[in-house]
Amino acid sequence: MSAFFSPFISKPEGVSLIMLKVLLALIPGIALYVWFFGSAILISITLASLTALGTEALMLKLRNRPISPFLKDNSALLTAWLLALSIPPLAPWWLVVVGTAFAISISKHLYGGLGNNPFNPAMIGYAVLIISFPLQMTHWITPHGLGQVELGFFDQLDYIFRGILPDGLKLDAVTMATPLDTLKTQLHMYGNINEIMNLPIYGHLAGQGSEWVATGFLLGGLYLLATRLISWHIPVAYLGTLFITAGLFHLADPAHYVTPLFHWFSGAAMIGAFFILTDPVSGPTTHKGKLIFAAGAGFITYLIRVFGGFPDGMAFATLLMNICVPLIDAYTQPKVFGKKGRLSDKNGGQA
Amino acid sequence: MLSALLVMLEIAVVLGAVLGFAAIKFRVEGNPMVDKIDAILPQTQCGQCGFPGCKPYATAIANGEADINLCPPGGEEGIHKLADLLGRDFVPYGGDIAPKPKSVAFIDENDCIGCTLCTQACPVDAIVGAAKQMHTIIAAECTGCELCVAPCPVDIISMIPIEETLTTWKWKYPIYALSPVK
Amino acid sequence: MRQLFKFHGGVHPPTHKEQSSQSPIAQAVLPSRLVVPLYQHIGNRAKPAVEVGQRVRKGQIIGMPEGSLSSAVHAPTSGTVAAIDMQQVAHASGMDDLCVTLIPDGQEEWIKREGMDYLSINKADIRFVLRMAGVVGLGGATFPSDQKLRPGKHKIKTVVLNGAECEPYITCDDLLMRERAEEIIQGAEIIRYMLDAEEVLIGIEDNKPEAIAAMRLAVNARPRSASADRMEVIAVPTLYPGGGAKQLIRVLTGIEVAAGVRSTDLGAQCFNVGTAYSIYRAIAHGEPLISRIVTVTGNVAQARNFEVLFGTPAHELVSQAAPLPDTNGYLMGGPMMGIRLPSEQVGIIKATNCIIAMSDVLFPPAPPALPCIRCTRCAEACPAELQPQELYWFAKAKNFDKARKYNLFDCIECGACSYVCPSHIPLVQYYRFAKSEIWDQESNQKAADAARVRHEYHEFREEREKREKAEKLAERDRAAQAAKAQKAAAPPTLPPAGEVANVSPCAAPADADPENTMQLKIQRAIEQAKLQAATTTPKNTEQLTPEQRAQIAAIEARRAHIHELASTSVEASSAMLVEANTEVKSQPPTQSPQE
Repeated sequence: MSAFFSPFISKPEGVSLIMLKVLLALIPGIALYVWFFGSAILISITLASLTALGTEALMLKLRNRPISPFLKDNSALLTAWLLALSIPPLAPWWLVVVGTAFAISISKHLYGGLGNNPFNPAMIGYAVLIISFPLQMTHWITPHGLGQVELGFFDQLDYIFRGILPDGLKLDAVTMATPLDTLKTQLHMYGNINEIMNLPIYGHLAGQGSEWVATGFLLGGLYLLATRLISWHIPVAYLGTLFITAGLFHLADPAHYVTPLFHWFSGAAMIGAFFILTDPVSGPTTHKGKLIFAAGAGFITYLIRVFGGFPDGMAFATLLMNICVPLIDAYTQPKVFGKKGRLSDKNGGQA
Repeated sequence: MLSALLVMLEIAVVLGAVLGFAAIKFRVEGNPMVDKIDAILPQTQCGQCGFPGCKPYATAIANGEADINLCPPGGEEGIHKLADLLGRDFVPYGGDIAPKPKSVAFIDENDCIGCTLCTQACPVDAIVGAAKQMHTIIAAECTGCELCVAPCPVDIISMIPIEETLTTWKWKYPIYALSPVK
Repeated sequence: MRQLFKFHGGVHPPTHKEQSSQSPIAQAVLPSRLVVPLYQHIGNRAKPAVEVGQRVRKGQIIGMPEGSLSSAVHAPTSGTVAAIDMQQVAHASGMDDLCVTLIPDGQEEWIKREGMDYLSINKADIRFVLRMAGVVGLGGATFPSDQKLRPGKHKIKTVVLNGAECEPYITCDDLLMRERAEEIIQGAEIIRYMLDAEEVLIGIEDNKPEAIAAMRLAVNARPRSASADRMEVIAVPTLYPGGGAKQLIRVLTGIEVAAGVRSTDLGAQCFNVGTAYSIYRAIAHGEPLISRIVTVTGNVAQARNFEVLFGTPAHELVSQAAPLPDTNGYLMGGPMMGIRLPSEQVGIIKATNCIIAMSDVLFPPAPPALPCIRCTRCAEACPAELQPQELYWFAKAKNFDKARKYNLFDCIECGACSYVCPSHIPLVQYYRFAKSEIWDQESNQKAADAARVRHEYHEFREEREKREKAEKLAERDRAAQAAKAQKAAAPPTLPPAGEVANVSPCAAPADADPENTMQLKIQRAIEQAKLQAATTTPKNTEQLTPEQRAQIAAIEARRAHIHELASTSVEASSAMLVEANTEVKSQPPTQSPQE
C-alpha cells in the first residue's frame, strides 16, 4: 500500500545511499594510506567496522528499536571508518574497539541514536582515546621508504592483536611522531622552520606520505561537492580560515610559523573539512551557520596545533564547535520567501 | 582569610541592597500570575476543579493551594501549558471528574416551564428566556460547563457532544513508522 | 527576451505527462447519477435551493451562495433531484458533507442562457454574474473568482495567468490551452478589464511547447486594440512547484508574496487558465460552471483528458480510461499535493484537475521513516525558503509556538521537502497537523476569551443586582421607620409615607444629612423605574387566547406540584425564592411596599 497522504512519490536516494557514497569518497584517501603506510590501516578499519555494527545492534536491541533499518543506514560504518582513520594504524586492537564502542554507544545511542547526537561520535571516540591512552595514540607508522625496517602485513597483525614485534625489533624503529607533532617538538628544541623542513619526514608540502593521503581525501571531498552530497560552505570556510590564520602568522614570522599549505595537508585538516565537520547531525543547518561553524573550527584547529598541547586540533575544534551549534542555528535563521525585502516587510508580518 | 570573608560579606550586603531596592522599585500591584494562569484556563467556568470558576482556580494555583492538574476541559495540553508557565513538571490529570468530549447544552424547548433557574446558573449568560417563557441556549456562547443541567426542575437540559464536521476536521499526527511492515 | 526571476529550491520529479497529453479532450459519458457537493469552494457552503423530487434543468442553481465569500452550485445536467443529504465527498478527511444527488434524464435541457458584452455592464454586475455562475479558481484552491476580481486599495499592474501546471501526471491545463486558447485569452481580457491591469503575463512551463504555441497564436490573433495592452505568453523553466501561484508570480514579476499578504497589495493577481476559460464562458455565453477538464491517468490503459460534469462518480469516469487490474486506489490531484479518494464513489468536484489510478508499481509503498539527520536537503528544496527540518522538529514535539515563529504558515504544502527527504519522513503531514492544531487552538482561545468576558460581565451583573436589592430593602426599612415616627409625631391628616418621601424631601428632618439625601435620590430613581415598569406591561403576556391561558395554568399547576415534591431540597427553596422575587417584580409597586 502506498502512502496515504501526499506527496505520494519520493526520491529514491535514502540515508543509506548517502552514507554509502560518503564511504566511497573515503576510498582514494584510504588507498593512498595503504600505499604509503602499509595495510595495517585496513585491519583497524575492519576492526572498527565490526565493533561499530555490533555495538549498534546491541544498543538498538537494548533500546528496543528495530535493528535492520538502522544497521543498513551505514551511519555506524562511517563513524567507524572516520575513527579508524584518525588513530594510529598500529594501535592495539582493544584501543580501536574501546574507541568505536564508546563512540557508538555513549555518544550516539545514549543521546537517542541516529539523528540525535549533539557531538560527532567519531571525534568523541578520538577524544576519549587520546585523553585516556595518550601513549598508544602516538605510535604512527613511519611512511614507506623512511624507516629502517618495514613490517609486513602479518607482523602488523601480530602486533595489533598480540602486541608482539618480530625478534629484536623495537617499536620506535617502525613508528614515529606525526609531522605536526615533530614540528612542535623540533621548534622547541631548535626553533627554525627551514631546518626542520629539511628533515626526512617532510615532503613537498607537509609530512612525507601523509601529504598524499590528505590529497586523497581532498579528491574524495571534491567528489562529495560535485555530487552535491555536501555543500561548499563548510569545507571552504574551514580551509579558508585555516589558510588565512596560518598565512597571517607565517607572513609575520616565517621562521617560527609554517606555511598555510603545510597546515592544509597535515593531520586531519582535509578529512576534517570534507568528512568530519560536514556530519549533518552534529553540525548547523543554515548556510550562514555552516560558515560560522566551520570558520570557528578552523581557527580553533590552528590555535590547538600551534599553541596547544595536543598534536592535532581537529577533534577538539569539532567538538567545541558542536557545542555551539544550537546557538548558531538559532541566530542564523534565514529570512523566508517574501519576508526579505523592504516592500514585503511593510505589508508582511506573521500570519 | 579575613579579607576573603570581608569581601564575601560586602558582596552579600551590596547584592542584598540591590535586591531590596528592586523589590520596592519594581513592585507589582496585584498578582500578575493569576491573570497569566487564568489566560490558560479554558474559561468554561464549570467548577469541575472544585473552585467556583476559572479565576478562583487560577488564584488557588498562584497561591500554591491547588495543583495544576484539576481542570478537565483544559485537557493535557492545558496542564502542559500551566507546567511550562509555572516551571513545574507535567502531572497527569488528577481530578475526580472524568474529562468528557466538548459539548454544548441543549434545552428541549417543548417541555421548558420557564423557571429561569438555568439562566441564573449559566456563568456566561448563554441562556435566553424570561420567567414563564421558554428558554434556549445560545450554542455559540455555551462553554459546555453543565452547570445548567442540575438546576433544571424538569430535567430537559442535555449535553450534546460537538461532532467533527468537514470544516472543523483536523489533520492527525502522522504515524511514525520505524519498522518496516514486512 | 523578458527577464525571469528564480525562486529558491524546487524539485524535478518525473513528469509522466506524455501518457495523457497525446489524445484530445473527450466528452465524458453522462453518468447514471450525479452527487454534487454543495461545498466545493473556499468560504461558506452553498444553501440547497431545490427540493427532493424536483426536476431541474441543466445549469439551474441547486445551491445558493451564502455570505460574501461563497459561490453558487448548479445542476450539471437536467434531471430529477433524488436526494439532498450527507454523502462522502472528495476530501482528505473522507467525511460526509451535504450533497445534492441528481438522476439525469438524458435530455440535457439547458436553462435560458444569455451571454453579454462585458464592456457594456458595470463591474459589480459582472462579479455578481460570476458568483451566481459558480466560477471559482480551478487551479485547485477553488477560491471564488468574483472575490479575486474585486478592486483593492492598490493598483494591479500584472495579471498572471497560470498555465504552468507543474505537478506530474496532470495535463488538463495543457490540453485546454492547446484546444481552447482563444477562449482563455478572451477570459484573460475580461480579467484585465475587471482589475484595470497593465499587463497579462501567461506563464507556461517549457515542457508544453504545443500549448505555448497555441496560446501565442491566440494572443497574436487578437484584434489590435488602441490601448496597446500588453499580453505575453512566457515559457518558464520546468521546476516543481513553479505552478504555485506565489512561485509563478515570483518567476514572472520578481514579486515575493509572503504568507498573510495578498498579492494584490503588491500589484499582482494570479488566475489559472481554466478559471479564465470559465469566466469567459460565464460572461460571454451565460454558462455556469458545471463541468471541467479532468486528466484521467496513472495505472490506466487509455489515459486522456475528459470534460467531466461535476458530481460524476469517480469510478464512472475512470472506467472510461480502462483502469488496469492491479489498480489499488485513486488520487485526486497530482502525486505531490493531491489526496487519496476516500472511495471511488465520490463525485468529481470543481477542485478535481486529475484522477490518477494508483498501483504499487507506480506508487511504491513509502520506505519506513528514519530519524531526521539534519541533512537540509529539504531546506535546499523548499520554495518558501523555510527550514523544514526545524519545523519538523517543532511540529513533532507539538511545540506550536516555536513552529509558528519559524514561519510554519509560509509553508505552501508543496511536498518538495518530503519528496527529497532521505529519511522518508512525511514532513508535510507534520506541518498540516501543526497548522490545523494551531487553528484549533486559536479558535479555542477566542472562545475562552469571549467566555471570560461574558463571565466577568455575569459576575458584575449579579453583584450589581445584589447591591441594588440590598439598597432597595434598606430604603424600604428606612421609609417604614420614618413613616412610623411621623405617624407618632404628626397629625393624622398626613398622606402615606411613600408620598411624603416623594413630594416633600426638603421638609424631611433627615434633610441635613447628605447620606440621607443620597438615599432619597436613589429611592426616587427606584420609584421612577417602578412606575415605568408598571406602565409598560410585557408584550408577550397580553391578549392571550383561552388555550394559552389554560396551558399556562397547567404549567403553573405542574410547577406547584414539583415544588411541593421537592420543598425540602435546597434547589426547591431557592426556586421558591426566585418565584417570590419574580412575583414582586411583576406586580405594580403600589401594592407591594409591605412584602
